[in-house]
Amino acid sequence: MGLIAIGAGVCMGLAACGVGIGQGIVANGAMHGMSRQPEIMGKMLVNMILAMAIMETALVFGLIISIILLGRM
Amino acid sequence: MNLNELGARIIVYFGDSGKVFLSESTCYAIILAIIIAILGIWLGSNLQDVPKGKQVLVELFVGWIYKFTEENLGKEFARSFAPYFGSLLVWLVFANSLGLIGLRPITADVSVTAGLAAVSFLLIQVNAVRHLGIKGRIDEMCDPFHFMIIMELISELTFPVTLALRLFGNIFGGMIVVDLWLNLMSTISATFCPIPILRCVTVIPLNLFFDMFEPLIQAYIFTILTAINMKRGMEGMSPETAEKRRLKKEKRQARRQEKKQIAQAG
Repeated sequence: MGLIAIGAGVCMGLAACGVGIGQGIVANGAMHGMSRQPEIMGKMLVNMILAMAIMETALVFGLIISIILLGRM
Repeated sequence: MNLNELGARIIVYFGDSGKVFLSESTCYAIILAIIIAILGIWLGSNLQDVPKGKQVLVELFVGWIYKFTEENLGKEFARSFAPYFGSLLVWLVFANSLGLIGLRPITADVSVTAGLAAVSFLLIQVNAVRHLGIKGRIDEMCDPFHFMIIMELISELTFPVTLALRLFGNIFGGMIVVDLWLNLMSTISATFCPIPILRCVTVIPLNLFFDMFEPLIQAYIFTILTAINMKRGMEGMSPETAEKRRLKKEKRQARRQEKKQIAQAG
């Protein structure tokens, strides 16, 4: 019972950790690109948000799994 | 915690068996579709040569949608698919931000998003097969090397699952966060006041993010992922691979003919 709660927390935390690092790398690259070439900022922003949202899927899977785990408590 | 409390409520039952029913999200979805259809007919009526008033806004949006489709799908398909993508985008934006008026967001229900993803998947596959033919589709799947077909199959089959779960998870997570915040605020305000007074203004930043920003992003992502995958499916084999395969085939045929000639001579 307690293990399930810990598992849900750890699942969410690790997923957020990985996704945070990944999104940071994406934002880093996009910012570099934007500062080098400010005229493509609009297009870059859209692509950056798209890449981030695709990455976020992993986090969402973590969320769903932890909700399912909480439901089993 | 009970998971059943998080799902959509069932509001209409048909018959006595209790097996045929309409859930909250289905009803809202139908109502929203009808409202958007009426709005679209009203906005599209009485068009003039010189745009004025509502027509300016509508032309802006329609022009943007056609440009978006042309950028992602190419010129030859833009005209036929732009209406689908436009209606998908509008419906998704409104469906995701239904939390603003206190209702449950439609897409916070995995059945709805799974249905949308199934529609997208079918659209992509049917169009790819119609455009390339079955042989062309298989050729495209084993594009750089033949064993890549395994990877391609896996990625094609997981695409609808990720599409559905991404939209569902984002909207559902936002809904839970807003609900938790509202509960916390009513608990805090219960300590000094019988009316949950703290709930009224403090939730606005959360609403701005989870009911206005996130819906726009998620609707855009759903649409653009469908468009990109459709484009990728209709693209066919890359010219380099086709050239390589052609050269290999010619070489094989030449070798066979050489062997035949040797056999005839001998």
